[in-house]
Amino acid sequence: MDSSPSIRLSGVTKRFGDLVALDDVSLDVAPGEIFGILGRSGAGKSTLLRTANLLTRPDVGTVEVAGRDLTALRGRELREARSQTAMIFQHFNLLSNRNAESNVALPLRFRGTKRAERRERARSLLDLVGLADKAKAYPGQLSGGQRQRLAIARALASGPDVLLSDEATSALDTDTTDEILDLLARLNRDLGLTVLLITHELEVITRICHRAAVMESGRFVEIGNVPELLADPESRLGGQARRLAARLLGEEVSR
Amino acid sequence: MNNSDRLVELLIEAFWETLHIVSVAGLWTLLGGLLLGTVLYVTSKTGPKPIAVVNAPLGLIVNIGRSAPFVLLMVAVVPLTRLITGTSIGTEAAIVPLTVASIPFFARLVEGALLEVQPGLIEAARSMGASTPGLVWRVVLPEATPGLIRGFTVTLVAVVSYSAMAGIVGGGGLGDLAYRYGYQRFETEYMIWPLVILVVLVQLFQILGDRCARTLDRR
Repeated sequence: MDSSPSIRLSGVTKRFGDLVALDDVSLDVAPGEIFGILGRSGAGKSTLLRTANLLTRPDVGTVEVAGRDLTALRGRELREARSQTAMIFQHFNLLSNRNAESNVALPLRFRGTKRAERRERARSLLDLVGLADKAKAYPGQLSGGQRQRLAIARALASGPDVLLSDEATSALDTDTTDEILDLLARLNRDLGLTVLLITHELEVITRICHRAAVMESGRFVEIGNVPELLADPESRLGGQARRLAARLLGEEVSR
Repeated sequence: MNNSDRLVELLIEAFWETLHIVSVAGLWTLLGGLLLGTVLYVTSKTGPKPIAVVNAPLGLIVNIGRSAPFVLLMVAVVPLTRLITGTSIGTEAAIVPLTVASIPFFARLVEGALLEVQPGLIEAARSMGASTPGLVWRVVLPEATPGLIRGFTVTLVAVVSYSAMAGIVGGGGLGDLAYRYGYQRFETEYMIWPLVILVVLVQLFQILGDRCARTLDRR
């Protein structure tokens, strides 16, 4: 069972009117892997991420999570399957009128978990992300980094195997970005959590991703191991990294 | 019994009548408007579960209810009033048209308050496996609560002012008192005092509503 990929997209195509958002995309994400998708806005990465939990249903192709074909599921079965694929967002999407503990417990409420158990689970998750002392705080009283950590705790409440991250650090400053990426790497290491993330920031890829793909106009134009891609100046990832480094250092770089 | 004793006695009686009309009509409006507004929101084209065959007729009914002047509505719903209360005059009879008029009004305010909830929150709830009822009950309504309270406050103030018109069907209350004694008999203090009490009542509702909304709003 462990040999089957955590997420498998096979020949996924999605159109919005005339726009082809995803053009025959296939992808295997291995269990315990952090896989990053780099691309500009409009490249289709946001649509791609949403097919992984079927928030967007593909026109063509299948989506499997832990060996189960989500595209074959509807209604209640699909909703229940979504407990395996939690999601975090650029703008956190927390309930502003509920405190931290109650936000973390939200996925459990949808599942009808008992109050005492919800509370206990919420407390231990807040502890896991370093917000044990903020259980009664409202999101509006927390910093951006704390809000994202809260959102991560909430995402973990249903005990997912996979975390889908939608530009989770794009609204945060550099130090806070590092803090959140370190947390994701730690959860990946300690809990064996598989992470599929999308970003437009190269640093997110180079810092925590094991493998990565570059997306343009609804297709992957490059896919591989991050260290190998970085070592290769001919690759898009390697080229971008070199240009970025040169720009930061104020150097000219030949390409 | 001297004049001012009589004034006080009539004012107290009319005050309780007004309070009775407003609270009963307010309660039904709260329930009916919340339900109708939520259904409008859920089934709208951009809502969590678009159902045009439900949304379009309901929207039409709400718009008709809102465009009919209250005075006409009061007459128009007389058969319904008779059906519910057994009579078409008196305090109880006044509550029916008042409720019929204010439910569509509040329903639109409810719909508006629910639309204010960030689409990202709805997406997040969906990603957690929320069903549509779960989403509405656990995410949309709680997040919209401050806006719902503000909308209900506005509605309640409108109900108070409509209740004054209900005097036409012998509805009683402060508006009725001011109209019959103050306007028709030229007894000025009977005009002034009900007005003062109505202003204070409306102020009270507004202050309470604002305070509740502020306390619950954590944004």
